Amino acid sequence: MLMKKDAIYLSIIILVAVLAGFFIYPSGFGNQYLPWKLGLDLVGGTHLVYKVDLSSVEPQNQGSVLNGLRDVIEKRVNLFGVSEPQVFIAKSGDENQLVVELAGIKDVNAAIKTIGETPYLEFKEVIQNGDKIEYIPTNLNGRYVTGAKIEFNQTTGKPQVAISFNDEGAKIFEELTARNIGKPLAIFLDNNLIEMPVVQEKISGGNAVISGKFTLDEAKLLANRFNAGALPAPITLIDQFVVSSFLGSDSLKKSMFAGLIGTLAVILFMIIYYRKYGIFSSLALLIYIVLTLAIFKLFGVTMTLAGIAGFIITIGMAVDANILIFERTKEELKRGLSQMAAVLEGFRRAWPSIRDSNISTMITALILYTFTSSFVRGFALTLLIGVIVSMFSAITTTRLFLKVFSKNNK
Amino acid sequence: MLNIIGKKNIFLSFSAILVLASILAIVFFGLKQGIDFLGGSLLKFSIKDTKAEISDLENIFKQTLGISDFKVIYDSQNNYYFVRLPHLSQSDYEKVVSELKNKYSSFEELSFQSIGPSVGQELRKKSLTAIAFVLLGISLYIAFAFRKVFQPVSSWKYGFITLITLFHDVIIPTGFLAYLGKYHGIEIDSNFIVALLVVMGFSVHDTIVVFDRIRENLLTLRSKMDFEQIVNQSVNQTLVRSINTSLTLIFVLIALYIWGPLSLKYFILTLLIGVTAGTYSSIFVASPLLVVWQKISKK
Repeated sequence: MLMKKDAIYLSIIILVAVLAGFFIYPSGFGNQYLPWKLGLDLVGGTHLVYKVDLSSVEPQNQGSVLNGLRDVIEKRVNLFGVSEPQVFIAKSGDENQLVVELAGIKDVNAAIKTIGETPYLEFKEVIQNGDKIEYIPTNLNGRYVTGAKIEFNQTTGKPQVAISFNDEGAKIFEELTARNIGKPLAIFLDNNLIEMPVVQEKISGGNAVISGKFTLDEAKLLANRFNAGALPAPITLIDQFVVSSFLGSDSLKKSMFAGLIGTLAVILFMIIYYRKYGIFSSLALLIYIVLTLAIFKLFGVTMTLAGIAGFIITIGMAVDANILIFERTKEELKRGLSQMAAVLEGFRRAWPSIRDSNISTMITALILYTFTSSFVRGFALTLLIGVIVSMFSAITTTRLFLKVFSKNNK
Repeated sequence: MLNIIGKKNIFLSFSAILVLASILAIVFFGLKQGIDFLGGSLLKFSIKDTKAEISDLENIFKQTLGISDFKVIYDSQNNYYFVRLPHLSQSDYEKVVSELKNKYSSFEELSFQSIGPSVGQELRKKSLTAIAFVLLGISLYIAFAFRKVFQPVSSWKYGFITLITLFHDVIIPTGFLAYLGKYHGIEIDSNFIVALLVVMGFSVHDTIVVFDRIRENLLTLRSKMDFEQIVNQSVNQTLVRSINTSLTLIFVLIALYIWGPLSLKYFILTLLIGVTAGTYSSIFVASPLLVVWQKISKK
């Protein structure tokens, strides 16, 4: 009766493993349903980190400015037609960073240019001090701009760009112009002085005109850039990582091949050293590999090179539990127990050491995951998940195999 | 049964020599820090059709960028070139790549990484925090593992020796990397730190298993054998499991080292050396040290 139950459990595990196998296979059903998420280092692409300068933004507005910045960059990046671009805000120490990830893009430099060249608009008050001109920053900048269009100056016929502010921006603009009647107001674009018109009267309604000395094309470009969104805060590129798609797929192939060889070596060793038990633990190992990969895929873990390395390392550790059990079994056999009793006793008594031997690795992986970033995180995550899953799979699956298949030779 | 404790002086001397050599290597050669700690750029490319001379490449970089503090390394196994540069601006990077494209028609850029100095500082800070926390976590774990008092060896001695073996297992790969840095220009990066932390995690549990067995046997066998015999028997009882659990890990690490991607090579090598040192120390260093210490304190 008990045996029948074990056989059912084992069949369920094998069935789930086979399904998981189809699920993780990179083509066919599994791929259509949910494709693998691969990191930039495996598919090729560009990883850009920008430092965001929030020094001129009041603390309570910083969150919304950062979100606005992300939205704007996202819009710009979408112009490239890259599949699933990632734009997100990260905090590193006291520094606010904007991370842009573009997978499989060919012309990286054009991408960087377009992101970097987004207009950063500022209005500054002007204080004339003899020959010296001083520019005083104001609260009014590109993040209040809601739209822009090209107009032609009625007197000169030259193209100019009309921008409109949102309500908040309109209010600031009104105050600013009221304060500076008869005085010049400086307009900076990407830290360059564009023009310095003299304010004639208080301007309400939130519309401003930048006349500059634009050609029609320049004016068009500027208006388009504003409509995609002006950057609400200045950014600087501080970190860049570009991987060609050749190197990416080469790395993926190489690590999969190394993983395969490693797995075969472990299986060979287990079978040569532990014979029949080795076969069972190898089957359990294969089930572990398939199930863990399915878990990664199911939970949307992005597989990076480091992540794959972490997982392959757990393959070498997954049979540790079995080794502990089998060594314990040998000791129990020496004490005179029957084979089956010795095996079961081995499973029972080896658990504390299995748990303990994995604790220190789990501590390390957890700390790495918490306190570090990018490369290390992918590694720590797969290592942690792998160790936890392996602990249970090596015990449960191997025990079921042993119980079901070695009843006869008691 | 192997007489490991009887030959402890040989085993301990071997370790002492390795540790000493590692410390000397670190002190005299220093550790070369990579771009993720210092900031800088790393350009990796291949030139398929022709064999480019290193000096020609150096000239291109010198002339295009007007700098001389860079280094060109050729990896003949994969036919890749690596160039380590100071932090490059976007326009300098484009300039040098287009220059290389002009000169060599089969030039293909493989990867480019550029890290600003502030990011490097941040990464270094994060690495140090991670090291501190892992050490703390592992020390707490050791304290927990040896929380019960056993005679005749007090608990803190087990804990202290476990920390010594931890140091042993970390210092040997570090020393080796210092040597590689001096003679092969290999730099340590955040991956190296991660490898050391993982080695720490692996290192302690094997040692704890042996010590657990010693404490267990001391309870049951003290009337029949002397201390040294009990320790020797305990080491022998846990020998196969220590070696086998490490071997399976070493197998996959060797596979990754030989067939795996190039960018993981030194990460894997650090792990490989660390795990091997850890296996050795849990068998041939930890228990012998316990015996030596017990002898000294008895006198």
